[in-house]
Amino acid sequence: MIERTPILNILTHLILISGLVIILIPIWLAFVAATQTLQAVNSAPVEFWPGDQLWVNLREAWALSDFGPKFINTLIVATGVVVGKITLACITAFAIVFFNFRGRMVIFWMIFITLMLPLEVRIVPTYAVAANALSPFQTILDATGLSGLIATLSGVEVRLEWNLLNSYTGLILPLVATATGTFLYRQFFLTIPDDLVEAARMDGAGPLRFLWDVLIPLSRTNIAALATIMFVYAWNQYLWPLLIITDRANYGMVVVQLSDLVPDQLTTGGGTPTWHLAMAATLVVMLPPIAVVILMQRWFVRGLINTDK
Amino acid sequence: MAEIRIRNLAKTYGKTTIMQGIDLQIAHGEFVVILGPSGCGKSSLLRMIAGLEEISEGLVEIGGTVVNALEPRERGCAMVFQNYALYPHMTVAENIGYALKVARIPKAERMARIRATAESVGLGDFLDRRPGQLSGGQRQRVAMARAIIREPKVFLFDEPLSNLDAKLRLQMRQEIRKIHNRIGATSVFVTHDQHEGMTLADRLVVMNKGTIEQIGTPAEIYERPQSLYVAGFIGSPPMNILPGQVSTARRGVLLEDGTLLPILSQLDAGDGAMVHVGFRPEQAELVEPGRGAFDARLDMIEEMGAARLCHLLFEDIPVSVLTEGRPALATGAPVGIRLTQEALHLFDANSGHRIELRRIDTRLVEMQPSA
Repeated sequence: MIERTPILNILTHLILISGLVIILIPIWLAFVAATQTLQAVNSAPVEFWPGDQLWVNLREAWALSDFGPKFINTLIVATGVVVGKITLACITAFAIVFFNFRGRMVIFWMIFITLMLPLEVRIVPTYAVAANALSPFQTILDATGLSGLIATLSGVEVRLEWNLLNSYTGLILPLVATATGTFLYRQFFLTIPDDLVEAARMDGAGPLRFLWDVLIPLSRTNIAALATIMFVYAWNQYLWPLLIITDRANYGMVVVQLSDLVPDQLTTGGGTPTWHLAMAATLVVMLPPIAVVILMQRWFVRGLINTDK
Repeated sequence: MAEIRIRNLAKTYGKTTIMQGIDLQIAHGEFVVILGPSGCGKSSLLRMIAGLEEISEGLVEIGGTVVNALEPRERGCAMVFQNYALYPHMTVAENIGYALKVARIPKAERMARIRATAESVGLGDFLDRRPGQLSGGQRQRVAMARAIIREPKVFLFDEPLSNLDAKLRLQMRQEIRKIHNRIGATSVFVTHDQHEGMTLADRLVVMNKGTIEQIGTPAEIYERPQSLYVAGFIGSPPMNILPGQVSTARRGVLLEDGTLLPILSQLDAGDGAMVHVGFRPEQAELVEPGRGAFDARLDMIEEMGAARLCHLLFEDIPVSVLTEGRPALATGAPVGIRLTQEALHLFDANSGHRIELRRIDTRLVEMQPSA
């Protein structure tokens, strides 16, 4: 339904612009607050035009939060999550779409159902596993009596332990499994004509060769779309790093650091809330995701609407 | 040498059998066309030769080796697909050379062969383009070049021309035949288009419902169709078929309205046997009413350019006659149809098999309706 009348045009533009304003106002207020002094930001009424303290505030917030190493940490984790998610989603969807094995639909639906189990829902068991990634195996050994058997036979008590707390691995691995990505890839792989698969077989390309030479180049836009979404998702992680990282000096993430600057009972201790610093830090933390979205935008949109000509 | 021998081949999906009892021998260098309507199993047969589809039963031999358990690449076949199946992200050169790249042929040799092959199909100037920037005919050529460059023992074509427009189809048809003649590999070509089959084939294989109806040269199949099905399928416009009953006493076939079609040959059918009489529109002639073998009424005339196709009705059975003249007839007007003995084909009404007419008198006899 495409209608073009002047009144409708004006109306739709009004709706669009009001949506834009609603989104932009908080960001503008954050920017304004970041440019004020402590006194100005805490005085009523709320200032609506920027002051001249932006650079000063940025530097103070940066130093206060120790953002240098924290940015590097977060970049490592976000990149790890993105690479892991894309690799895993790609090979999972590859197996589900191009191989005919028993129970592949069951497996697909099991993956799909995990969409309903985000990290927040399963945070306690996930933490337990992160504390000792081998504990499920230990449980199996104990339950089957195998560990007891080994202990009596060899005299060695079996205690499997692999601690992921306070490590990049622990930050990355639980975030890597992705139903969304697998689904996106599956939908894309389903659009690949059978003829193309068969042509590759006639040309002598095995499955991995086909994946590498044909599927991956063809799914560039999907990779870009997935990478963008997942980078933002990983960058904004708060709960998980907060939970498993106690060694904040070495493994702190920017969003967790940022939350320390946001004034509350704990941080101000009754002092004047430092909103100007919190907002300055917010601006800095926002930059990498925005940069990624802008850089990837062209690919991103094409990947989601799935029409690479 | 790459002769193909197919013995007692069958294809089943679960409990449904889609093809059975296929026996076919294709000589080295022969161009065989498998012809049939959609769903007759012709593509499955080709794909079983290629190794893209599992063989349920029977044997496929290429060059004396049973290839049932071999991967497609080990069979020495190259295939041209209906939708070209080009890799959209690769250039023309990369598409053509992909099989060589997979086979780890050094880059210098690869480039030389790509160039030579592309030149041979007239794609020399398009090596850096992507498939998306090519026309349908050019894409078809890339698909052909991709098959040629592997120097296969066997070429397999799966309806490669059906996505092209009529003019290009004619042109590509000739080019395919020329390439076959030049390379001398064995070719198997699947199509539903009988013109393509007729013009390309050394031998035609007509398939129907998962079995082979007839194998023979295009001329044999046109002149002596072995079944009612082949008679109706081959030839355009299709053969006219009239039901009748053999009368040995009167030495002929009684048509529905009681007209006798004399058969001046020895007839291998008993008295009273139900048969179908067939004759081709191009082998009949329009004459004055009462002066032909039987009479019919005119329904309409189709202008074909070089000739006119007259649609007639005989006892409500449609009959068509191709005539070079321009008959000045009104709709519903009676008209006589003259037939020669050579034009007649007889088929058993129950089995559909051809009934041989052993000519004892090959004179052109004008048949008169019996009084």
